[in-house]
Amino acid sequence: MAGASTRRVLPGFSMTLGFAIAYLSLIVLIPLSAVFLKTASLTLEQFLGHVTAPRALSAFRVTFGTALAAALVNVVFGLLLAYALVRYTFPGKTLVDALIDLPFALPTAVAGIALTAIYAKNGWLGQILEPMGVKVAFTPTGILVALIFIGLPFVVRTVQPILEDLDTEYEEAAASLGATRLETVRRVVLPALLPALTTGFTLAFARAVGEYGSVIFIAGNMPLVSEIAPLIIITKLEQYDYAGATAIAAVMLVASFALLLAINLAQGWTAKRRGRG
Amino acid sequence: MSFKKVLSVTGLAASCLMLMGVLAMAQTPRSLLNVSYDVARELYKDINPAFAAAWKARTGESLTLNQSHGGSSKQAGAVIGGLEADVITMNQSPDIDILVERGGLVAKDWRAKFPHEAAPYSSVSIFVVRKGNPKGIKDWNDLTRPGTQVIIPNPKVTGNGRYTYVAALGYGLKTLGSEEAGKEFVAKIFKNVPVLDGGGRGATTTFAQRDIGDVLVTFENEAVAIETEFGAGKFEVVYPSLTIEAPAPVAIVEPVVEKKKTRDAATAYLDFLYSPEGQAIIAKNNFRPRDAAVLAKNAAKFPAVNTFTVEALLGGWARVNAAHFADGAAYDQMMTRR
Repeated sequence: MAGASTRRVLPGFSMTLGFAIAYLSLIVLIPLSAVFLKTASLTLEQFLGHVTAPRALSAFRVTFGTALAAALVNVVFGLLLAYALVRYTFPGKTLVDALIDLPFALPTAVAGIALTAIYAKNGWLGQILEPMGVKVAFTPTGILVALIFIGLPFVVRTVQPILEDLDTEYEEAAASLGATRLETVRRVVLPALLPALTTGFTLAFARAVGEYGSVIFIAGNMPLVSEIAPLIIITKLEQYDYAGATAIAAVMLVASFALLLAINLAQGWTAKRRGRG
Repeated sequence: MSFKKVLSVTGLAASCLMLMGVLAMAQTPRSLLNVSYDVARELYKDINPAFAAAWKARTGESLTLNQSHGGSSKQAGAVIGGLEADVITMNQSPDIDILVERGGLVAKDWRAKFPHEAAPYSSVSIFVVRKGNPKGIKDWNDLTRPGTQVIIPNPKVTGNGRYTYVAALGYGLKTLGSEEAGKEFVAKIFKNVPVLDGGGRGATTTFAQRDIGDVLVTFENEAVAIETEFGAGKFEVVYPSLTIEAPAPVAIVEPVVEKKKTRDAATAYLDFLYSPEGQAIIAKNNFRPRDAAVLAKNAAKFPAVNTFTVEALLGGWARVNAAHFADGAAYDQMMTRR
């Protein structure tokens, strides 16, 4: 048996770790490594040609820009929704709660078609917005709307349970100690929710970066304006340029991974700092 | 939680499907799989029972006919990836040529295996305009006018859009004298495109339902579908003075029919498309039949129109794809400087 120094309180460490690694490899690492293997069939020059083409660069900007913006919007309004759902009771609350999951369950293409129908110039909202000079469907704004739609549940569902556990006593205590409402939110509620908010943000962001089905209907897909990176991938696949498609995919993967890693590190760092301070 | 419920329902549905699949495999009568493009779904829904009946009458065998539809390049990719199609029926020849190039799944001389370059029917690119043709659109040069909005599906991902591009290019070449001038002509048209949909049907929706654009360029069969879907009289079809003929090629997937021993049935299936009965079904589904008698019977539906083919005017798809649709080629150039 293992010596006392390596003995752990919980049994089954090697088995669970072994299983976790095997499972991750099978489900995530092996399929993803295929992307890099296929990309490796390109020379560096070809690779750079694919990923630095004006259309590709613009698509990266559109994809990551709208995904970040949508995730930020979702953080703000997702928090509001979660707060309303946890802290207050109102008629139809269960219904609202159930509605939040809808973007998870709906096929994304259906979402895209529905949003386009509403925001097109003869749609319910489009016919009000367009005379005011706000064009949503077939512009980057449309992409943003679709990404906000599909990303909303992530923030609400990560923040909700934490907020439920956060006793109202803390807020009451803060108030009784003389904190204003704003101070209570800023110094008591938000810090406790920050990890959950960051997780919700990363999930919503990651989901938005890869989103294709709903965006494709509302984007208009004009090169250099509203063309998303996943469409560039599809375009290359349509031309049987599998290596070129994986080149774009590899860049998206690396960029997403770097961003997610940075967010996780930042989260760990703030948690540590708050723990000490 | 509702999410869990969704999961369990999907799980149940999946296991039912698997069970059905196992049961279906247990019987193993001979079957044919036709892998085809999106728009041909309704056509083959009509063709398959007709052929099954004809085959049963001729041989006494009950043949199971399966069809699979999707974006044509994706479908070809699936066959390359191992989808066991006995026959493939596409709407542009590059999607069959790629099966020759990648792994020799189709005979090199597939064009010679069936009449009319192995294309039992065709369609043509035409214009759909709004009722009364308010912008007076008659021909390709009307699409270059500033202020005219033209709806075309994305040529990078749809055969429909690619045919439109090539049709305009051919018109430009014929009227202006050179392919270079033709390219400029096409660029002017694409300057007027506000939305590039990812599919032919998507472009139809944008034009007919979202009320965007003055003219939709699409296949003749799609225009008839618009009439049925949105009611006659809301839109008008305009035939330009010259347009492209888009033949729909078919081929047998050699290794699959060898393995499944279905060459006789697969050949008869494709031959059936050329039979008077098959041609009538094709005409009913708004594609231009090859059979002169069937075509004459449907003359009102398919008015005579001046056409050219990619092979005759532009040297074939391989050259056109390399010069116009490859990354960084003519289409990319005109779209990045507009």
